[in-house]
Amino acid sequence: MGFPLGLPSGVDAVLAAACAWIALGAAGMAAPGNLRLSARVLYPAGALVGIALAAAALASVGNAESTRVLPLGLPGLPFHARLDALSAFFLLLLAAVAAGVSVYTAGYVRHGPGAAPGVQCLCHHVFLASMALVLVADDAYFFMVAWETMALSSFFLVTSDHRHAEIRRAGYLYLLIAHLGAISILLCFGALQAGTGDYSFDAMRALQQPAGWGSVAFALALAGFGAKAGIVPLHVWLPEAHPAAPSPVSALMSAVMLKTAVYGLMRVTLDLIGFPLWWWGLVALAVGLASALFGVIFAATQSDMKRLLAYSSIENIGLIVAGFGLALLFRGFGMGSLAALALTAALYHCLNHAFFKGLLFLATGSVLHATGERSLGRLGGLIHRMPWVAWCALVGSAAIAGLPPLNGFVSEWLLLQAFLFTPELPQGYVNMLVPVAGAAVALAAALSGYVMVKFFGVVFLGQPREARAAEARDAGPWERSALVWLAGGCVVLGLAPTLVLALLEPVTQRFTGYSLAGLGGGWLFLAPIDAERASYSPLLLFAVAALLVAATWLAVRAFYHGRVRRAPPWDCGFPWLSARMQDTAEGFGQPVQVVFRPVFRIEGEAPSPGDPRPRYRETVEDPLWYWLYLPVAAQSSGPPPW
Amino acid sequence: MNDASGLVAQLTEVALAILLAPLLSGWVSQCRAWLQNRSGPGLLQPYRVLAKLFEKEVVLAHNASSLFRSSPYLIFGCLVLAAAIVPTLGTDLPLNPAADAIALVGLLALARFFIALAGMDVGTAFGSLGARREMMVGFLAEPALLMVLFTASLISHSTSLSTIVATLAHREFVIYPSMAFAGVAFTMVSLAENARIPVDNPATHLELTMIHEAMVLEYSGRHLAMIEWAASLKLFVYSCIGLALFFPFGVAQGGDWLGLVLALPAFAAKLAVGGAALAAIEMVNAKMRIFRAPEFLGTAFMLAVLALLVHVLLER
Repeated sequence: MGFPLGLPSGVDAVLAAACAWIALGAAGMAAPGNLRLSARVLYPAGALVGIALAAAALASVGNAESTRVLPLGLPGLPFHARLDALSAFFLLLLAAVAAGVSVYTAGYVRHGPGAAPGVQCLCHHVFLASMALVLVADDAYFFMVAWETMALSSFFLVTSDHRHAEIRRAGYLYLLIAHLGAISILLCFGALQAGTGDYSFDAMRALQQPAGWGSVAFALALAGFGAKAGIVPLHVWLPEAHPAAPSPVSALMSAVMLKTAVYGLMRVTLDLIGFPLWWWGLVALAVGLASALFGVIFAATQSDMKRLLAYSSIENIGLIVAGFGLALLFRGFGMGSLAALALTAALYHCLNHAFFKGLLFLATGSVLHATGERSLGRLGGLIHRMPWVAWCALVGSAAIAGLPPLNGFVSEWLLLQAFLFTPELPQGYVNMLVPVAGAAVALAAALSGYVMVKFFGVVFLGQPREARAAEARDAGPWERSALVWLAGGCVVLGLAPTLVLALLEPVTQRFTGYSLAGLGGGWLFLAPIDAERASYSPLLLFAVAALLVAATWLAVRAFYHGRVRRAPPWDCGFPWLSARMQDTAEGFGQPVQVVFRPVFRIEGEAPSPGDPRPRYRETVEDPLWYWLYLPVAAQSSGPPPW
Repeated sequence: MNDASGLVAQLTEVALAILLAPLLSGWVSQCRAWLQNRSGPGLLQPYRVLAKLFEKEVVLAHNASSLFRSSPYLIFGCLVLAAAIVPTLGTDLPLNPAADAIALVGLLALARFFIALAGMDVGTAFGSLGARREMMVGFLAEPALLMVLFTASLISHSTSLSTIVATLAHREFVIYPSMAFAGVAFTMVSLAENARIPVDNPATHLELTMIHEAMVLEYSGRHLAMIEWAASLKLFVYSCIGLALFFPFGVAQGGDWLGLVLALPAFAAKLAVGGAALAAIEMVNAKMRIFRAPEFLGTAFMLAVLALLVHVLLER
């Protein structure tokens, strides 16, 4: 449906929004040193563009596809753009989160030692525009140009404080792996065009690939997009780049850019190749589950809050890829309705992860500005000084931990349902593997609860561990409104799953031939298979829970005398309590480190019992770095390039 | 009529859960006392403790936040809701379509999340120690519980708790090997989750070994009363889950008023036997070191996964 007043709709609206973002970025370059221009005019305007794009994407989810050939590109090789349900869904995700992050950035940017505000503004908006263009690109050439623009603009954003060697090093690692991935994607498109020389997606769709070449293309796509998404073993850049980047950039990269990689994987596998073989699903499932468990186990032992969130992103991407793999598996066996369920779970989790991870990265940004600390071991007690940030972060933490009635639970619920209702698959051993994979998902979900209690508890609860944390000030109005927007998104996506399912219906219909909306339930109950088998109503559950809690509280108020006395903490009568006696981040992670000891590479020294100056040291590292990356690096000669 | 009997069953379940949960705790400690040749404090001791705590004033640490003050109510509400969605008296509960087995595990996880955060809120050494240990028990026990429920779901082709109970109660009497594995796993998980021997000792305040008690050390007065009540509720909920999955006999079907009336004594008898069995398990075990707990729970998780596999391999 068109917009009133002759506004562009469909793919034109997306292209217009991308142009508007680029124009805003260019305007920032007009006066690169002018902070007020960027902060008060350009970023808010960028947020408005985001809202408009979100509305346009929402309007075109259920509509027919729209295409446009751009007057750009090489002679005789113009750019093709196309908007379909899958693109529209991911554009909605991009635009909704980008609006929040842009508002946040308006309050976050300040004069610092790094790149000038105008330059950052340019990179920020070009980054947003390139992600939008990736989502609508309809030929390999345009896709790669947009993809590389995205990689480069995010590289410049990551390294905006480029005076530190470690930030340059993180940026280099990011760029390196991004380009390894890009080469793989390029080769994948090469395999897909099958010697015809026609790189438009339409031509690739029309081709019937032989199974061998299809498998090659899938493997290349999994490697290429997996490098961007942070799938094990190509995840090493995430925990380096996220702490190095400014927090809004981390939020955008983790919340949106990783999803463009998921989009690419889905586009290539489901659309361009078109006939997934069942064992591809098994590969994706295995890789996804490995990433999920690896990510969450490492997240539990981190002591830098942004590294912790980066590992948590690896976990969530792993869950998404596992859901996608399950969808491929079912699709390969011709079980359309289950494929639709698994695909819905994966896409729903993409949306959820965008909201809660964006929210948490922005919250770390506020904490970082207020205290100057990223290390969990120096924070604490911020709920008293920064209530807005703390309560929004609590919503995000509970959502990411997969707790009802928030959004993380819904996608987890759908994913577990998909695992559970595996009917007789034709392959006996696959039948056995699927419940075991479900157990791995359950373990990852439970561990993410552990990680989030650690994150929230150590940062926001307890006593301030350092003086700066005791003097922190709450975020400003811009930052607050962005946090509230994303936290509200987590709540709404959690309470109204049927709306999201309706949104996803065209996508699953297109790629699996089945859709979930309309089965059982109605608007109140989420019943993806059949109401007899499983149903869930977050709204009802939440209403009853709220009623019970309120009734309990009122009853206690009515019968209780209400006397409260403030006193020092008791702590079993120990009088010399200090902030340093609380669990550190390392201490809180220690049980996970002990239980999963073989996963880590642990090095350290413990003092001997008689040592008068005892020293205790322990480093916990990623073993893949030593098994995979350093040997490769040792083979290539030359001095380090950073 | 269906709706009316379901509503009655639902409200009775909520009322029973709130009112009888302390009695179950009292019954278990009374059985323990008898097994130890003591006379014991009597069945009503938990109610006396609650009454005493409600009399006392709240002593709040200076830096306790509003999260600390609201958590007891949240936890209590979550556990009452969890008790309400497990079908123990009738199967056509109005809340049944709102929450299934996965949501039940989610509610229990929500309660755990808040009690762990409340433990960290004041910032004492014991609080965070308890929170860390509770989450350690949780991350292994939660997936194990989920796998136990999944085994029952696979048998009954549904995650809806009512359907599970109805299917399990009305099948021909065969012993599913998968449910035997699941039963052992569930027993282990329940012991750990309810801070029972061999994982934790509900009667101790020895700082170095405790889990649950360490988290709630800073609570007093009405807050502590709510926490204690919630702890009894948790034991009650786990007992209900156990009865619903492994002894679902005597649960009323939809619209069956007589069945509903008969379900009540059957439920009470089953709870009494279950409580006595718990006391017996606690009597013959010794508390293990805290770092043996992951092995214990890992075994439970493995058994639960094995139950799923046994079902997939042998029972289809």
